[in-house]
Amino acid sequence: MELLINLTINGLSTGMLIFLLASGLTLIFGLMHVLNFAHGGLFAWGAYAGVWFYSITSSFTVALIGAIIVGALLGFITERLIIRPVYGDVVPQILITLGFMLVISEMLKVVWGPNQIAATVPPALSGSWEIGDVLIIKYRLFIILMGFLVFGIFYYILKRTKIGLIVRAGVINNEMVQALGINIKRVFLLVFMTGAALAALGGALMAPYSGVIYAEMGMDFAILAFIVVVIGGMGSFPGSLFAAILVGLAGSYMAYYVPDLSLAVNMIIMVLVLIFRPQGLFAVKG
Amino acid sequence: MEPVIKTDNLTIRFGGQIAVDHVSCEIPEKHFKSIIGPNGAGKTTFFNLLSGELKPTEGEVYLKGERITHLSSIERARKGLGRSFQITNVFPNLTVLENVRLAIQSREKIYFQMLRYFTSYKHLIEEAEHILEQVLLIDKKDAIASQLTHGEKRKLEIAMLLALDSEILLLDEPTAGMSLEEVPIILDVIRNIKEKGEKTILLIEHKMDLILDLSDSIMVLFNGQLLADGTPEEIMRNELVESAYLGGMYNDDLAGNQ
Repeated sequence: MELLINLTINGLSTGMLIFLLASGLTLIFGLMHVLNFAHGGLFAWGAYAGVWFYSITSSFTVALIGAIIVGALLGFITERLIIRPVYGDVVPQILITLGFMLVISEMLKVVWGPNQIAATVPPALSGSWEIGDVLIIKYRLFIILMGFLVFGIFYYILKRTKIGLIVRAGVINNEMVQALGINIKRVFLLVFMTGAALAALGGALMAPYSGVIYAEMGMDFAILAFIVVVIGGMGSFPGSLFAAILVGLAGSYMAYYVPDLSLAVNMIIMVLVLIFRPQGLFAVKG
Repeated sequence: MEPVIKTDNLTIRFGGQIAVDHVSCEIPEKHFKSIIGPNGAGKTTFFNLLSGELKPTEGEVYLKGERITHLSSIERARKGLGRSFQITNVFPNLTVLENVRLAIQSREKIYFQMLRYFTSYKHLIEEAEHILEQVLLIDKKDAIASQLTHGEKRKLEIAMLLALDSEILLLDEPTAGMSLEEVPIILDVIRNIKEKGEKTILLIEHKMDLILDLSDSIMVLFNGQLLADGTPEEIMRNELVESAYLGGMYNDDLAGNQ
């Protein structure tokens, strides 16, 4: 029982980190039809920015906010310089975002050096609680709470605000939103910056969780995020949470019970979804 | 008085096929004009040229004296030209109320003031509900749009047009594909809009008898050409129109007479 609880907490916290990456990815893809391969790079930048801000201020709150700001700024630059010229052109999009991914990953080494950097859990969140026989690591619980908090905030924005309604309608049919006289391109920038900021927040939360950060860390998580986007349904925000938790839990259980399958299990889920429900579990398009 | 919409020799060719052939017409303000014609006469293409979905090969479109031929459909929508589609066009995964709210929002151009949402959100919903009452769809306001019947979707579409508050409504066969019971309801909705006297309305209809008493004037398109344009009485008496509708076999001769 203790084992199951621990595996579940592990799986949930990994799932939440994937969710932070995938939620931005799914909205960007759903709304703008852009497959952003540079998203993992933004995640890594968030991790570095978080560690750096933490090292100079010793405040984890500042570190997280700093990472969010860095992510949003990078998102702004990326949308304006990299994505905007290639809207509607899939092949150039893939090439340019993949290339940009490599560039920003290498830029990390230019700024912070090529070596791995250690990241520490802030004192207030380190340690664990012992409840009966169950050992609950505080920081993992913190990640789970942050994940649900972010989900709650964005779910509310999407569901209840004017901009949220435009984004949801745009995901369904962005030409028709334009036919109503709304300039959707202006919404693109905002969504892209938000997605980048969420990825950076994910990176900053990831750093103390794994203990070290390195320039290529974005790639590993980006692949999981793409799987989540496909499983959840491209453009579906709740779908990305559900699929991220599914992928996180599956990875965590499999790593313990059937270690040989732990890498394959997510691919298997994705293949099954693609065969039986190719539009994803939470399809958005009408 | 300046016509609200004016077309000057409006023409579009698709390869060798001339879909709309040198159509010139004027529509005065607050006028109700119907466009009729047999299948393939170019009615919808003509609408697409007015709304900016298509760009003409030749000729011009004017909105209140301003040349708008080069403007996109978005820019034209901003200038007050709203259209409904022959094929129903609503956001399937949003609720009925959200569909209408989106249209109101786009009219008010307040979509970037996220923070003002607490003060201005409520009146959006009230207005959306008011519009849904007008089109007799208020009972379904929380339904997901994809769950509506075809007729209800058309009503929703008209509600969205009303919400946009366009000065000019382009209605493309609003009764197409509707059940017999639904047709009079939609006609009533359109009649209500007309009787308020605030809008210029252009309506495409296939069935002439439906719109005779609604229209201030009727223009008849045939093989892309403007066959006749006049009051409903004049159109009823027009022999060319009669043969266009009845004598489908001799279409080519008829087009040559023009």
